[in-house]
Amino acid sequence: MINNILKNSFRFLILILLQVLIVQNIRLGSYIILFPYVLFILILPFETPKLLVLLLAFLTGLTIDMFYDTAGMHAAACTVIGFLRYYILKLLSPREGYDVGLTPTIDSMGSVWFVTYALTIIFIHHLFVFYIEIFRFNEFFRTLLRVFISSISTFIFVYILQFLFYKSNKVK
Amino acid sequence: MNNIFAFLYRNNFFFIFLILEICCIVIISKNKGYQGSKLINSSNELSANVYQFTANTKEYLQLKEENDRLAKENNILKNQTKLGFAILSLKNYKQNDTLYRQEFEFINAKVINNTVNKRNNYLTLNIGSNQGISQDMAVINSEGIVGVVKAVSENYSSVMSVLHKDVIVPCKLKKEGINGTLLWEGLDYKYCNLIDIPTHARLKKGDSVITSSLSGIFPEGILVGFVDSHERRQNESFYTVKIKLNPDFKKLNHVSVIKYIYKTEKDSLEIKTQTQGDK
Repeated sequence: MINNILKNSFRFLILILLQVLIVQNIRLGSYIILFPYVLFILILPFETPKLLVLLLAFLTGLTIDMFYDTAGMHAAACTVIGFLRYYILKLLSPREGYDVGLTPTIDSMGSVWFVTYALTIIFIHHLFVFYIEIFRFNEFFRTLLRVFISSISTFIFVYILQFLFYKSNKVK
Repeated sequence: MNNIFAFLYRNNFFFIFLILEICCIVIISKNKGYQGSKLINSSNELSANVYQFTANTKEYLQLKEENDRLAKENNILKNQTKLGFAILSLKNYKQNDTLYRQEFEFINAKVINNTVNKRNNYLTLNIGSNQGISQDMAVINSEGIVGVVKAVSENYSSVMSVLHKDVIVPCKLKKEGINGTLLWEGLDYKYCNLIDIPTHARLKKGDSVITSSLSGIFPEGILVGFVDSHERRQNESFYTVKIKLNPDFKKLNHVSVIKYIYKTEKDSLEIKTQTQGDK
């Protein structure tokens, strides 16, 4: 339990620093914008209480807002995915439920499951972030294109990042 | 009554979610436009210190280019001092004998954080209210306009760059003196649009665009960029002119913040006449 808290706080710190110090400076044009910090919310353990997930998501968003000068934008988007994560996990759960002590990663759940899960959540997050940022309708389709391209790029980034946090346990 | 509490308790997940979202919306709406909230922006101590640290490391990598630029600017300034002028031996000569009064004061600052690829881009500067910075001051560098100060803390300030949807700068074509409005459409950080240019204007590629005196924040005649192309959009009787911005927004390092000394006097006079006119 304590170990889990430490591990997750460490991951939080690393991901925020990665986002703010490195990813923020990666410039791939105005359509590809990466937010790999959502990985923190994505791979909280299955048995984390749903209220805690909600609060942690809100805090994560607020921290990013502080660095990105966006005041509440990321907090709003993160709270939405913190809320929906519970229902998405329920929808995607295998027949016998999730095993105790597992985390939603490629390693423990397989890559097909992870692609569905992560892509859905990342897409919802980007949808909210970009539309709150623009806050008007006259750039609707351009923003939609931005959402699609950016979510796929963020997903690829997150997919690669997974291998840094988790070494395969299966090889023994 | 008990039923209500029971209902709230049963759905506590949803209601807490709702409360958090309402918090977010309040924060967002408070931060719209110029009146920024003081807590959640990058001029607070924690994020500013992190950015200061990275800026210090980055500065070393750009020293060479920066030196070149400063040397060039030094040359321009040197050309205006006594050193560059010979004493006239004539007995009679014409002199432009106008007295000048100082309207703008320039304060030097360093950029410690900067973005170009978002819809609304911000800079963070390493000076704040202790150094005399306040809201609505203009920011330029040696190549042209950069942005407008949005919020200040004691030692840092947060600046909306020209690449922001709320920054709208009155500009004019240098050659013809025609006024237009500069705004950014959110695509390429190298280009901006100048709207409301009447169709009788004769535009050529490479014409320079400068700030006009209408803005009340920027001094007149600061370079903005050069005309790239122009078009007349559907149902509009004005040209939309595409402008290549002169400053390289990816490489901002040293900037000057401009304090308009008579700003309060001008603003209070305008408010006074406007309220009198309404009566």
